[in-house]
Amino acid sequence: MSETMVKRTPAADEAFEPRITAFVCNWCTYTGADLAGTSRLQMASNVRIIRLPCTGRIDPLFIIKAFERGADGVIVSGCHPADCHYNSGNYHARRRFAVFYDFLQFLGVDPRRLTFSWVSASEGAKWRDVVNEAVSNVRAAGPFHAYRALAPDPPAVVDEIDALLAAAEEGEGA
Amino acid sequence: MNELRDLARQLLTDGTVRVIIGWEDGRRGARPVFITDPADADKLIFDTRCAHNLVTYLDPRRDDVVNLGRIGIVVKGCDAKAVAGLLREAQVARDDVVLIGVRCGGVLEEAELREALELNADNVAPRCYGCDNREPALVDYLVGEAQPEPPRPTMTIDERVAALDELPLEERWAFWSEQFSKCVRCYACRQVCPLCVCELCVADKTRPQWIEPAAHARGNVSWNITRALHLAGRCVGCGECERFCPVGIPLTLVNRKLQEIVAQRFDYVVSDDPEKPAPIGDFRLDDQQEFIK
Repeated sequence: MSETMVKRTPAADEAFEPRITAFVCNWCTYTGADLAGTSRLQMASNVRIIRLPCTGRIDPLFIIKAFERGADGVIVSGCHPADCHYNSGNYHARRRFAVFYDFLQFLGVDPRRLTFSWVSASEGAKWRDVVNEAVSNVRAAGPFHAYRALAPDPPAVVDEIDALLAAAEEGEGA
Repeated sequence: MNELRDLARQLLTDGTVRVIIGWEDGRRGARPVFITDPADADKLIFDTRCAHNLVTYLDPRRDDVVNLGRIGIVVKGCDAKAVAGLLREAQVARDDVVLIGVRCGGVLEEAELREALELNADNVAPRCYGCDNREPALVDYLVGEAQPEPPRPTMTIDERVAALDELPLEERWAFWSEQFSKCVRCYACRQVCPLCVCELCVADKTRPQWIEPAAHARGNVSWNITRALHLAGRCVGCGECERFCPVGIPLTLVNRKLQEIVAQRFDYVVSDDPEKPAPIGDFRLDDQQEFIK
């Protein structure tokens, strides 16, 4: 494994800015987050939002993929119970994520990396609080090096191959 | 044993079924057998080596089995739960199969033996301990003598799961990432599972490629989490995935943990009652939501 892959210096950890991916439903939380923005509420800027039709559309694989691509934490948020645009999507999601949440802890994933919330279209302030809390939780949990260490980053491997090729070419030239 | 053979012979002779799927004595111990000729009915056996869950052959996508005609299949209690799973999910019609239940007192952990052994704490499959379905109710016929309860293994699965739960998060992660890093992605766990019946498995999808095919630990973690979650509330605990895993990943621990979660969260126990809906895909208005802000 190459040293360049994961920078684990104490200085890097100190300057750690969590990367958080939020999977939100189109009808409630996305609109709520929009309201937070148009209301000019101040909040941490560590969250990238992915808008989906419904929390029921969010497969746990999305979260795994987010971790694979370097997220340190995730947020899943949608309509309050009884508010689902599709009547029952959030109820199905609630069951699925209850299992996912418990199971990931069994595997040893820090629960602070997982935030689930109900945020309605009128709850811009709640979205701000959810984001700020998630960011401070993930900051406390630290960078998710453990997940990234599972496999070499393709770019690092590519760099290594390039270096080897360059060295080989030099050798030929000499 | 004679009861089983006589029944099989009769069902084949009177044309009730075209094939009986059961176990026979093979070169390396018990193995699955498909019997189409009544004269072969005497090949059938049932003893502590019959660990295979034959219900995996009922997958409606196995054309070679479907084409044989109406199926009679020998099932233990755990296998009957798998049939119930397929009925629940409309993969099999109840009238298309004749279920021959066997009274089961547990099977061997190491089942590839020339002779059947008496079960004891050291050789019993740990998953059999505490079995709640030793005389399946779903079946059309129930054969064999009443069996004693399986002995308590040296360490039960529940104890092993509890021991893992006791560990700090980092050590749990270290344990599981070590286990999953061994995975060679042969997908034997999926192939042998009676309930993994998707037309196209998400692990085989390439556009988009949700699960990295490379057998590095990251793809393996992704695959193993997905496999586990897709079986949450469906897994019958027959333990075939672990038995067939060539690298020895303790999948029964994963499956038992999920059974624990659905029991605690949704008060659900996997049974051989096909009318009882599976917990994922179903919901209650007052489900627990303490983890949601």
